[in-house]
Amino acid sequence: MAGELKVTALAVFIAFFALVTVLGFFAARWRAADLGHLDEWGLGGRRFGTIVSWFLLGGDFYTAYTVIAVPALVWGVGAAGFFALPYTIMVYPIVYLLMPRLWAVARRHGYVTAADFIHGRYGNRWLALAVALTGILATMPYIALQLLGMQVVLAALGLGGTGIRGELPLVIAFAILALYTYKSGLRAPALIALVKDVMIFITIFAAIVIIPEALGGYGAVFDAAATGLAARAKPGHLILPAASAGAYASLALGSAMAAFMYPHTVTAILSSSSGSVIRRNAALLPAYTFLLGLIALLGYMAIAAGVNPTVPSQVVPLLFLKMFPQWFAGFAFAAIAISALVPAAIMSIAAANLFTRNIYREFINPSVTDRGEASVAKLVSLVVKLGALGFILFLPTQFAINLQLLGGVWILQTFPAMLDGLYGRRFNAWALLTGWGAGMGCGTAMVLSTGLKSAVYTVQIGSYSLSAYAALFAVVVNFIVTLGVAPLVGIQGHGTDRTVEEDYFEDSMT
Amino acid sequence: MLARKPPQRPKLVYVLLVLPFFGLLWPALYSMDAPRLWQIPFFYWYQFAWIFLSALSTGCAYLLDSRHGR
Repeated sequence: MAGELKVTALAVFIAFFALVTVLGFFAARWRAADLGHLDEWGLGGRRFGTIVSWFLLGGDFYTAYTVIAVPALVWGVGAAGFFALPYTIMVYPIVYLLMPRLWAVARRHGYVTAADFIHGRYGNRWLALAVALTGILATMPYIALQLLGMQVVLAALGLGGTGIRGELPLVIAFAILALYTYKSGLRAPALIALVKDVMIFITIFAAIVIIPEALGGYGAVFDAAATGLAARAKPGHLILPAASAGAYASLALGSAMAAFMYPHTVTAILSSSSGSVIRRNAALLPAYTFLLGLIALLGYMAIAAGVNPTVPSQVVPLLFLKMFPQWFAGFAFAAIAISALVPAAIMSIAAANLFTRNIYREFINPSVTDRGEASVAKLVSLVVKLGALGFILFLPTQFAINLQLLGGVWILQTFPAMLDGLYGRRFNAWALLTGWGAGMGCGTAMVLSTGLKSAVYTVQIGSYSLSAYAALFAVVVNFIVTLGVAPLVGIQGHGTDRTVEEDYFEDSMT
Repeated sequence: MLARKPPQRPKLVYVLLVLPFFGLLWPALYSMDAPRLWQIPFFYWYQFAWIFLSALSTGCAYLLDSRHGR
C-alpha cells in the first residue's frame, strides 16, 4: 500500500505528532521531582489521581494495535472477533478486587514491579525471576505490535513499503519516543495520554456518526456485513454460532484474568495515588470499553463500504481514507499513531523496571544505589525499544504477532502466584514455580500444535470435545500442578514473608 | 505497626462484582439477531448494554465500600 503521498493528511499528522513530542519533553517538569529515582522515573512518584490515572490506564490498555487489530478481526471473522467486549467488561471487577491490595503493599514496601511483590511475599528470588521473565517476554512482542500499528497508518499516508521511505519515518518516530521516555519517564505517556484519548474519542465518535450515515444507517451496515461475511471463502458470522461459544467465552475470561498481570498495566496501577483511585477507575474505565465496541464495529462498516484491503490490518486506515475528508483522516491517523506511543512508552518502562529490579539488582549487582538503579532502567528502556524496532524492521511481521499470541498465554501463568500472593499465601513458592513451569510448557505446546494460527485449543475426551482459550487450559494445569506439588514440598524452603496483612489495607500509609 | 482489622466489606459488593460474569460467560444467552434495537442485532446491543450495567454495578460496589470505611 505504498501509494500516493497524502499531503494534507500528512501535514495534519505531523502537526499533532510535533505537539505530543513537545509535551513528552515538557513532562519532565510536570509535578517536578528527582527523576534520578526509580519511583519517580518509573512510577511518576505514585501520585496520579483519578483523572490522570483514567487517561493513563485508558491509553495504556486500549492500544493502537487494538484500534487496528480488533476491527481487522471483526472484518475477517465477524462476531467471534467481538470477544474483546466481554473481555474488557469482565476485567474491571477483577481489577477492583486485586489491584488495590497490590497497590497498598507495593506502596508500603516500595515495590515497583509485580515480581518485587512476589519476592517480598514468598522470599523466593526464583519465583520472582519467573514472574519477571514472563513479564518481559510477554511485553517485548507487544511493543513491536505498537510499532506495527504505527507502520500501518504511516503506510496509509503514503509512507509505506520497504526501503528508506517506509522505514525512516518509523525510526524517527520511535527515536523521539525513546528520547522523551528516557528523559521524562512515566510522566511522558501520562501527559500524552490526555491528548491521545481526546483525539481517539473525537475520531471514533465522528466515525460512528458520519460513516453509517453515508452507508444507509446501522441496519444496512449489519445486513451488508452479514452478506459479506457469508460470502467469504471461509465464511464468517454476524451472530456467534453455537460451536464458537466456548472459545468466545474462554477468550474473554482468560484475557480478562491476564490483562492486569502484564507489566505495563501493573505499572499504571502502581502509579495511582491511592487504592480508591483504582476502584473508582474500575467503574469509570468501561467508558473506553464502549469506545472499543464502537471501534470493533468499524470492521462491519468497512465491509459495508466495500473496503478491500490486501492485509486485514489496513481495514481501518483504508476505511478512514475512503469516508473522511483527507485532513480529518490525517487527524485520525495521528490519533492512532499517538495511541501507539503511550503504551509503547509504558511497556518499555515496565520492562526496564523488571529488568533493573528483579534481574540486575537481584542477580548482577545487589549493591546498586537508588541513583544507579534509575540510570540502568533508563538505559534498558532504550534497549527494549531498539529491540522492538529491530523486531519489526528485520523479522517477518507474523513473528511478532505469533509471539504476542503466546505472550497472552504466558502472562496468565503468573496469575496463580499473584492471586495466592494477594489473598492468603497458602502455597509454597516452589509449588507455584512448578505450576508456572507446567502451565508455560503446556500452554506453549497447545498454541504450537495449532501451527501458531490460533490461541484456541480443542481438548478431546472420548467423543466429547471442548474448544477453549489455550491460556485458560494452561492455567488450570498450572493450578492443579501447584495443588499437587504443594503437599510434597510442604513447608520446605518456605521463604520469609516480609509483608503483614495490614500492609494490604488501602489506607495503611498513614 | 497498626494493629487493627481491615474495613469490613459487605457481601453485596461481591455480588455486584460477579454480575457481569453471569451476564456474559454464557454466549448462548445472547447470540441471536432478534430483537434488534435501533437496527442493531441483539448480540451486539446486549453486550453494549452490559458495559453500562457493569459500570453501574462496579460504581455501586465502590459506594458501598466507601460507606464502610474504605
